[in-house]
Amino acid sequence: MKLQLKQKSILPGFGLALGFTVLYLSLLVLIPLSATFLKASSLSWEQFWHIASSHRAVASYKLSFGASGIAATINLFFGLIVAWVLVRYNFPGKRLFDSLVDLPFALPTAVAGIALTTIYSPNGWIGRFLAPLGIQPVYSRLGVVIALTFTGLPFVVRTVQPVLEDLDKEMEEAAASLGANRWQTITRVLFPAVMPAALTGFSMAFARAVGEYGSVVFISGNMPMKTEITPLLIITKLEQYDYAGATAIAVVMLVSSFTLLLTINLLQAWSGGRLKRAHASELPETAEFEAAS
Amino acid sequence: MASITLPNPGMPVASRAVQATTERPWVRWSLIAVAVTFLGLFLFLPLAIVFSSALEKGFSVYLAALREPDAMAAIKLTLIAAGISVPLNMIFGIAAAWAIGKFDFIGKSLLVTLIDLPFSVSPVVSGLIYVLIFGLQGLMGPWLAAHDIKIIFAVPGIVLATMFVTFPFVARELIPLVEAQGTEEEEAALTLGASGWQTFRRVTLPNIKWGLLYGVILCNARAMGEFGAVSVVSGHIRGRTNTMPLHIEILYNEYQFAPAFAVASLLALLALATLLAKTIVEWKARQQSRGSERLSGEVYEH
Repeated sequence: MKLQLKQKSILPGFGLALGFTVLYLSLLVLIPLSATFLKASSLSWEQFWHIASSHRAVASYKLSFGASGIAATINLFFGLIVAWVLVRYNFPGKRLFDSLVDLPFALPTAVAGIALTTIYSPNGWIGRFLAPLGIQPVYSRLGVVIALTFTGLPFVVRTVQPVLEDLDKEMEEAAASLGANRWQTITRVLFPAVMPAALTGFSMAFARAVGEYGSVVFISGNMPMKTEITPLLIITKLEQYDYAGATAIAVVMLVSSFTLLLTINLLQAWSGGRLKRAHASELPETAEFEAAS
Repeated sequence: MASITLPNPGMPVASRAVQATTERPWVRWSLIAVAVTFLGLFLFLPLAIVFSSALEKGFSVYLAALREPDAMAAIKLTLIAAGISVPLNMIFGIAAAWAIGKFDFIGKSLLVTLIDLPFSVSPVVSGLIYVLIFGLQGLMGPWLAAHDIKIIFAVPGIVLATMFVTFPFVARELIPLVEAQGTEEEEAALTLGASGWQTFRRVTLPNIKWGLLYGVILCNARAMGEFGAVSVVSGHIRGRTNTMPLHIEILYNEYQFAPAFAVASLLALLALATLLAKTIVEWKARQQSRGSERLSGEVYEH
C-alpha cells in the first residue's frame, strides 16, 4: 500500500483495515454475486431470453414492479404528510408515533406478513368491514400492495424529516412578507426544497418493495400469473430444482436492483448538493452577524 | 406552536402573518388525523394483532408454544446465527469505517457503494447466490459432497445468508460518523505518544460508541428476523434447520395460529426493544454532540 494510492496520514492501520474490508467484502458479497452471473453465463442467450421473457415471468415482473410503484406512491403521499406533521405540529403521542415509524425496519417480515394477513382476512379486524363491500385484500393483488406499503413506510418519512427540520423558517417568512399566501409558500418554497429527498425516499421504498418476499407471501396467495411476485417465482423454480431458471430470473432482478441503486445514488447526490447549497447561502449571514456583534 | 404567540394576535396584520407561516387549525388537525390514521392502520394494528392473537387461547397455550422442542430448537438456531454474524459484521464495520472514514484513497466511493450492495439485493437472491456456489448443483457442490461437508440445507448456509443480509448495517452507521469526526483528535493522541491501538481504544471508540451500538442493534434485529434469504438455504428441516421466522411460517401454514403468533410475539418484542434502544441511543448521541459543541465553544473562547 506504499503506492500513491492514498494521501499521506500519520494514522496507523490503513493497510490492515482496508485489506480486511476488501477481503471480507469479496468473500461474502462480491464473489458469491459474480458466481450468479457465471452460472447464468452457462445458459445461451436464447435460453436466457426464453426463461426471462416467459409469460409467467413477465406477469410476475408486472405485479412486482406495478405493486411496488403503487405502494411507493402511497408512501410518498402519506410519508410527506407524516413527516410534515411530526416536524411542524405538536400533538399527544407524537414522540411515540415518531419512534414507531421505524417499525417496518425492525419487525421481521414474516411477522408482518402473518399479522397483515390476519387483519385483512374476511373475518379479521379490517377485513370484516371490507368483505360486505366486495373488497377482498387477502389472496389478491391489493394484498400485495398493502404488504409493500407496510415494508416501505419509513423511507419517505425518514428522508424528508431531516430536510424539513433544517429548513429555515425565515424562507417562509420571506415568502409571506413578499405577499405569498400559505398555499403558494408551500408549493413554491417548501415543496421544491423537499422534493429531492422525497424522490430519494420514494425510490428507496420502491427498490425495497421489488425484492420483498416475507411480508408478501402470506397475504398474496401465490397464484401463478395472478399474485405471484418475482422473488416467489425464483423460490418456486428452486423447489423444482430448476436452477438455470432461478438463476436467469435472479439475474433480471439483480440488474434491475443495481439500476435502482444507481438511480438512488444520483438522487442522493442531487439532494445532498441542494442541501449544501442551502447551507452555503447561510454562511455569509452568520459571518455578518458575528462581525456586527 | 411557539410561532403563534405573537404580541397582539387580534391585529389584522399579525393574523395575516400567522396565516402565512402556519396553517389554519382545521387544516392542522386534519393533517394530524390523516397521519395518525395512516400510522395507526399500518403500524399499531399489526403490532396489536400479534400480541392479541398470541394470547387468544390463554397464557398456558402461549407458554406451551414456546416450550415445544421444535420452537426451542428454532430459537436456539436463531441465536446461533445472530451470535456469529453480528460480531463478525461488527468487526468488519469498524475496519471499514477506519479505512474509509480516516483515510483518503482512490476508489473510496466505489467501495462505499459496494458495501451497500446487499441492501439492494432481494433477500431471495441473497440466499440463491450461496445455493449456486455451495449447493449440490453449485460451483463447489461436487467437491463439498466428496468431502462430506454440508453447507446448504444446514447451519453454515443459514449463518452465511444471515451474514450477507446484515453485512452493511454496522459499516453504514459508522462510516459517516467516523468521517465527520475527522482525524485531529487521533493525530493529537499519536503525537503525545499513544500507540495506534491505544488511540483507537481511548479516542476513537468513545467517540463512536453510540453509533456502533445502534448499528449492532439494527444488525441484530435483522439477523434474528431474516426470512427470505434463510428460507432459500435452510431446507426447512424441523428442529434442525428452522430459525424462528421459518418456524412461524410452518406453524401458520398448518393453521396453528396461536402458536405461530406466540413465536412471532417474541420477535415483535425484539422489534419494540430495538426501537426503544434506537430512541435512547439517538438521545444519548445528541447529548454527546451537544456536550462536545459546548466544549469546543469554550476552547475557542479562551
